[in-house]
Amino acid sequence: MEETLKIVVLVKHVPDAQFDRHITGPGNTTDRDESILSELDEYALEAALQLAEERGGPKAGNEVIALSMGPAGAVNAVKKSLQIGAYSGVHLSDDALAGSDAAATSLALAAAIRHLSADGRPVDLVLTGMASTDGETSLIPAQLAERLSFPQVTFASSLDIAGGQVTARRDAGAYSETVEAQLPAVVSVTDQINEPRYPNFKGILAAKKKKIASLSLADIGVDASQVGLAGSWTVVESADARPPRTAGTIITDDGDAGIKLVDFLAAQKLL
Amino acid sequence: MAHALVFIDNPGAALKKSSLELLTIGRSLGETAVAFTGELNDDVAATLGAYGVTAVYRPSADDLDDYLVGPKAVYLAAAVGASGASAVLVDNSPEGKEIAGRLGIKLNAGVITDVVGVEPDGTAHKSVLAGSYTTTAKATTPVTILSVKANNVEPAPAAVATAPATATVDVPADAAVNSARIATRTEKPVSGRPDLGEARIVVAGGRGVDGDFGPVEELADALGAAVGASRAATDAGWIGHDAQVGQTGVTVSPQLYISAGISGAIQQKAGMQTSKVIVAINKDAESPVFEIADYGIIGDLFKVLPQATAEIKKRKG
Repeated sequence: MEETLKIVVLVKHVPDAQFDRHITGPGNTTDRDESILSELDEYALEAALQLAEERGGPKAGNEVIALSMGPAGAVNAVKKSLQIGAYSGVHLSDDALAGSDAAATSLALAAAIRHLSADGRPVDLVLTGMASTDGETSLIPAQLAERLSFPQVTFASSLDIAGGQVTARRDAGAYSETVEAQLPAVVSVTDQINEPRYPNFKGILAAKKKKIASLSLADIGVDASQVGLAGSWTVVESADARPPRTAGTIITDDGDAGIKLVDFLAAQKLL
Repeated sequence: MAHALVFIDNPGAALKKSSLELLTIGRSLGETAVAFTGELNDDVAATLGAYGVTAVYRPSADDLDDYLVGPKAVYLAAAVGASGASAVLVDNSPEGKEIAGRLGIKLNAGVITDVVGVEPDGTAHKSVLAGSYTTTAKATTPVTILSVKANNVEPAPAAVATAPATATVDVPADAAVNSARIATRTEKPVSGRPDLGEARIVVAGGRGVDGDFGPVEELADALGAAVGASRAATDAGWIGHDAQVGQTGVTVSPQLYISAGISGAIQQKAGMQTSKVIVAINKDAESPVFEIADYGIIGDLFKVLPQATAEIKKRKG
C-alpha cells in the first residue's frame, strides 16, 4: 500500500457563468449572488479523491480537505465538495478578506494551509483547478507555492504520486512535458485529467455528517491589514460593462451564401 | 536606470511577434531593458537594437529550462534589481503568468494578468468575466508586473536604433530548490498554421462538423487562419484539445472569427466574444451564436464553407 496522503483541495465559490455576471461590489469586485462551485475545481477534487481512494480512503488515514476562502456564501462551495466526496471542509471567512487580490489571497491561503499542518500532520499536497472561472488569472497556484516554498506543478493533465514524488504530464504551451517534484507540492490540474463524479443521494446524505471548520484571520495568525483591499498590491480603478454585441445581418443559404460571405469579408477588408 | 524590463524566454532564431509587442509597449513606458534566456543569436540581437533596447541581461546559469517556473522567477527578480526597472512585462502564456505571479511575491509587487493595453503611467486595461467587462487596474507597489496578451499593439521599431550593452545577472546556486524538474519535453507537432491565440483570423468548428474538420481547415488555409474548435468537438476527439476556444481553452480576440456548426453556448462565447468581426454558419436558426454574429448564415456548413473557400481562391488568383 502506498503511503497515505493529507490533501487540501482549494475550492472557490464563483458566479455562475450561465447567467449574466456583474461587477458591482466595493472596490469593483464581482457580485456573488448566483454562485456555484467553480467547475474547474471539480477536476482537482476528483484527482484528490482518486489519489486517496488508491491509498485506502479515509479508513486508511488519508485526508481530503476542501478549503474555501470567501464570504458566508462560500460555505456552499465547501458543502458541494463534501457532497461530491471530500472528507472534511474548511471555510476561511473574515470581513477583512473582502477585495483581496491574488497576492493577498495567496497570503491568507498559505497561512490557512500552515494552520492545517499544525495538528502534527503536515499537508502533503495542495490541489487546485487550472483557473477560477471568474477571475481567471491562474496566479494562485504559483503565488501559493512561492509563499509556502513548495514546488509548483501546474496544468497537470495526468498525476501520479509514489515514494513522496509527484509525476505529472503538463501540456500548457508548445511542449508536452513530464514534470517531477517532491512532496509537499502545489499541483493545479486541467479539465483533461479526469471525469469528475457527480454527487449521488448517498453522498448528499453523508455530507450532512461531515465536519466544516470555520476559520477567521485570527485563527490563522493573519492581520487584517495584510489582506483585503488594504493588503492588496493592485487596485481596480474602474469597471465598465462592455456594450452587448448586437446581431448583424442574418441570411438563409439559397445556394450562394458562400459567395455572399466572401463579398462580406471583402467589404470588411478582411481578405 | 531602465523603466521597463521585458522578459524574453528562449526566442530561438527570431523574436516572436508577442515579444516585439512587449518591446513596443516597454518603450511607451520609458527606457527598456530585456531579461533574456537561451541563445542570443546575431539576428535577435540586431532586432533588440532596432527596437531601442538599452540593455540585455542574461543569466549566469544555463539550466533554467530544466525546471518549471521557479528558477526563472529567481533570475527575473535579480534582473529587476540589476536594471532598476519599475515595470516588468511578460507574455500572457501560462508560464509567463506563473513567472509573473512568483516574481510578484518575491518583489512585493502587484501583478496584473491578461492585459490588453498599458498607459504610460503603467495603468493597465483588461477584459474580465469572459469579455463582459473592461477594467482599468493599477499596481500600488513600486514595481508593476504585467502579463500582456498578444495582438493588442502594432509592433514598431524605435525611431533611433540602439546598440544594447549585455550584462550577466547572477542566479543564486539554490535557485532551483523547491522547483519541479522537467524530466522530459517533447515539442508538440507544428501545424504550419498561425498560433490560435495570436492569429488575425480564426475559423472554428463545433458539433455541426460531425467529425470532419476538412472544410474548416480548408477555409482556414485559404484565409491564412488558425483552426479552433468548440468544447463539444474537442471532447468528441475530432481535433486536439489545444484547438479549444472557450472558457476552459484558449481565449481569442482576432480581427475575424468564423464559427461553423457551433451553437454558441456560454462556454464557447466566453472565448471569442471580443473578436472584432464574428461570422456564424449554422443549420439551426435558433442558435445563440446568431445573437452576437455580425454576419450570420443559416445553412449547411458542408456547402457554405467549400463554396467560400473556392471563391477566395478564385479572387486571390
